[in-house]
Amino acid sequence: MSNRYADRSHVVKLIFIAVGVLFIGRLAMLQLFNPKYRDLARQQSLRNVTQYPARGFIYDRHGKLLVHNEAVYDLMVVPREIKNLDTAYFCEALGITREEFNERMQKARKWSTYSASPFMKQISKEEYAHFENKMFRFKGFYISQRTLRIYDRPIAAQVLGYVGEVDQSDLDRDPYYKQGDYIGKSGLEKSYEEVLRGIKGKKIMHVDVHNREVGPYRNGELDTLPVEGCNLYTTLDADLQQYAEDLMANKRGCVVAIEPSSGEVLAMVSAPCYDPNLLVGRIRGENYNKLNADLAKPMLNRALMGQYPPGSIFKVAQSMVALDLGVITPNTGFVCDKSLVGCHNHPSARSVQEAIKMSCNPYFYQVYRRVIQQGKYKSIYKDSQYGLTVWREYMLRFGFGQKLDIDLPKSGLSKGNIPDTTYYNRWYGRERWAFSTIYSNSIGQGEVTVVPIQMANLAAIVANRGYYITPHLVRFYGPDSVRNNEYTTRHETGINPKYFDIAAAGMYDVVHVAGGTARRARVDGLDICGKTGTAENYGNDHSVFICFAPKDNPKIALAVYVENAQGGGGTWAAPIAGLLVEKYLNGEVKRKDVEKMYREINPCQKLPLTRRVKKKK
Amino acid sequence: MYQERIKIDWWTVVLWATLTLFGLLNIYSATYNGDRTSLFDFGTFHGKQLVWIAITVVTAAVILLSEPRFFSNAAYPIYAIVLGLLVVTLFLAVTVNGGKSWIDIGGFRFQPTEFAKFATALALAKYMSAIDVEWKQTRTKLAAAIIVLIPMGLVLLQHDTGSALVFIAFVLPLFREGLSGGILVVGVAAIVLFILALLINKYILLGILGLLSVLYLFVWLNKRTARDWWRTLGVLALCAAFVFSVDFVFNHVLESHQRERIDVLLGKTVDLQGSGYNVNQSKIAIGSGGFFGKGYLRGTLTKAEFVPEQHTDFIFCTVGEEWGWLGSSVIVVLYVVLLVRLISMAERQRSTFSRFYGYCVASILFVHLFVNVGMVLGLVPVIGIPLPFFSYGGSSLLAFSLLLFVFIRLDATKNQLY
Repeated sequence: MSNRYADRSHVVKLIFIAVGVLFIGRLAMLQLFNPKYRDLARQQSLRNVTQYPARGFIYDRHGKLLVHNEAVYDLMVVPREIKNLDTAYFCEALGITREEFNERMQKARKWSTYSASPFMKQISKEEYAHFENKMFRFKGFYISQRTLRIYDRPIAAQVLGYVGEVDQSDLDRDPYYKQGDYIGKSGLEKSYEEVLRGIKGKKIMHVDVHNREVGPYRNGELDTLPVEGCNLYTTLDADLQQYAEDLMANKRGCVVAIEPSSGEVLAMVSAPCYDPNLLVGRIRGENYNKLNADLAKPMLNRALMGQYPPGSIFKVAQSMVALDLGVITPNTGFVCDKSLVGCHNHPSARSVQEAIKMSCNPYFYQVYRRVIQQGKYKSIYKDSQYGLTVWREYMLRFGFGQKLDIDLPKSGLSKGNIPDTTYYNRWYGRERWAFSTIYSNSIGQGEVTVVPIQMANLAAIVANRGYYITPHLVRFYGPDSVRNNEYTTRHETGINPKYFDIAAAGMYDVVHVAGGTARRARVDGLDICGKTGTAENYGNDHSVFICFAPKDNPKIALAVYVENAQGGGGTWAAPIAGLLVEKYLNGEVKRKDVEKMYREINPCQKLPLTRRVKKKK
Repeated sequence: MYQERIKIDWWTVVLWATLTLFGLLNIYSATYNGDRTSLFDFGTFHGKQLVWIAITVVTAAVILLSEPRFFSNAAYPIYAIVLGLLVVTLFLAVTVNGGKSWIDIGGFRFQPTEFAKFATALALAKYMSAIDVEWKQTRTKLAAAIIVLIPMGLVLLQHDTGSALVFIAFVLPLFREGLSGGILVVGVAAIVLFILALLINKYILLGILGLLSVLYLFVWLNKRTARDWWRTLGVLALCAAFVFSVDFVFNHVLESHQRERIDVLLGKTVDLQGSGYNVNQSKIAIGSGGFFGKGYLRGTLTKAEFVPEQHTDFIFCTVGEEWGWLGSSVIVVLYVVLLVRLISMAERQRSTFSRFYGYCVASILFVHLFVNVGMVLGLVPVIGIPLPFFSYGGSSLLAFSLLLFVFIRLDATKNQLY
């Protein structure tokens, strides 16, 4: 049965051989005889060349350039293509020794003899000019142009962020990126990446047998031009930013300055600062590791990431809530009863305004008690639960306990903590806690934490008498001046502006009236309204100050944090804030001695002698 | 029982080794990266392929040392297991390049499809070698068709049209066992008609067919019986129906990318940036090779990522560009020698099982070769199936080698009956 069709094996073999012959014939047609494919092949050795658009520039609010690009040149080498190189002449032209040449050559050969690798990286325009006209004598070497981010003024490093090579997660997320591309890694460079980067272009070039580009393919009809990145016009005031960074030298902490009427961030400093030029070009890797290992965490933006107890500054917000709830009136007075909560020596406050001025702890203990235990329920536990819920609602309206929707990467943003009933129920059990458990919140201690930008925002709310516009860093971008509508919306606290007038008056007294806690912030001719705070902490207290100025129609609101400073908010943060307001409103600081003193002092050490001498005068 | 001495056909093993190693060499070149030149860098394509080659060599050794009766006995169970895997794949598959044919087991991906051909070959060989099976019986034809069509259908459900087409290969072994040669003629005629129907006006085509019928009836035949008339008219009617169904099949059954690929092949669309890109670049890359080629690692087109999938389905481009007409022809000749040798080996088997299986191996390899190289040379529409032993890919290398080495083992004791 089986061998009846044995002859068919020849048919099958014939089919196989026929296909083999067909293929070899077709190959001969493509490779040997048909001039069409051979010619196409000769001229259509093509190379896809990606054209990188220039990354957008970044400007400050007055149009001063903060970040731009500069061309640098990489000298590339394809070792296999080197021919008749006069090594001595080459070394002389580049200004390198023979040993260096050998070393670099060896490195390049190790990389590959067939493909290009950098022989010398990031040669400046001036250096390149020296040997540009000699390039034709160096076969196998060619120039590749790249751009680097340049920061003329070494400021706002944490806000601007830096640019680095894409990593695997970027490649997986967005097919736009190819290995070796650059991408914003943090700060504005990251959050506005798609605006800044532009659109890559593609050029298809003919390549000759020597792998040189000889001209565009099909006259470039398939090429796409790169679209330049858009420029960012930020809200930063470069002079104020620089001045604030100067003042924060030798300290840890942060400064946030906001224009209250627009929510525009004028300055955002996180100390210690670093020079953004450190994270550019061939020195980046090494510097990045150094900065990352620094215990003072210079790469962290404390203004957005730091979570601190608000300290006495919180009292301003508490009084507004109590007034709005009607549990106190502007003229409610409480005795400074130190058995409730510790306080410093001062006369008892007879009104909200006085209480803010003197920052009386027992006063705000009473205020907070009335907010939390409003007497709506018989059980103090239930009553406290109700009170806390109402209070938290208010706090959220002040922008606390949530991420402010600023235009920086959300991953670098903290929420702070405004505890809710679930939070306490988890700690103490349901109906097992009441006002007496949580009263520390009244003076900004306890479970409450806030982020510095939220404190600056509180100053802006008082300055605006009851609303805020989300703080942001970019006014508009690109040739069409694109703006984000989110940053024109008013977020209302819903509290009557007349109560905020009282807060403003109290804050004015803090700086200007005897018995106020921040008289060191005073600047003649500027009616600064402020509030000090001392955030208790493991280790030394943090010195905190928020303020706005002028009292009417305010132009600037700010928060200053100095970490682990000896002495309270009045000692460190307030005078620094005073200098900043003076700088912003007057354009220059007249008090050079004060300026010098606060710039040089390291608050972690004991107060310097000179200062004490001065005080005795 | 008489124990036959094992006699391995070393020439086939040498052919296999040559093709596999030459494939590795070209994968190295196609994915050449100046940074990672070490052959033993297991993060690279060639490094991974090297690992797979090692696994394959071990597998091959195990097969050569095994008892061949196992493959005949286990034919149906293996077939059942692979069918099960294909069904599982439908539900658990990871999508790779639009196809859903990969399953992922602990980060280790493989394609059951590749093993489906092996299992089907075993099962069909087993069935055809049964004593009571005769091709003449309708029952046999039906059963054979079902054995092939079930895995083919499952593969088709995975949107892997290319791999499903490979099952057509089973026509050749069946042809050897008695399937009418007419089916080959009809198949070729259908392809020709299909292409003509797409290229020229259908009524002109029908006119030509009518003219041919008239010539057949009045010039070819001396005497015309009524039966001749009916037969000719019947064929003509069938052709007409086929020609008019072409449009429907083309527009409604085929998917858009398949339509485009056929259009490109027939020269109806010249879309060098879209669907025609691969083939055009592939032809140019091969064309630029000339007689001697540009030299190993010196290809410029296949290295600049002009040809996509250059290390998998378009690996033959690298051969064409770097080794020229000479090198490419040698590879084609090596494949044809291997195929012809497999047929000769199959004919010397005592058992029908071994013979039939040998024909299956040769035919499957042949269809892959035909479609893959044909695609690269612009003779066949773009269908993504690998070049046996040559293309990058662990499952395919392992599956093809498994297929081949089982036959080498069967051949080693060719006088035994399985």
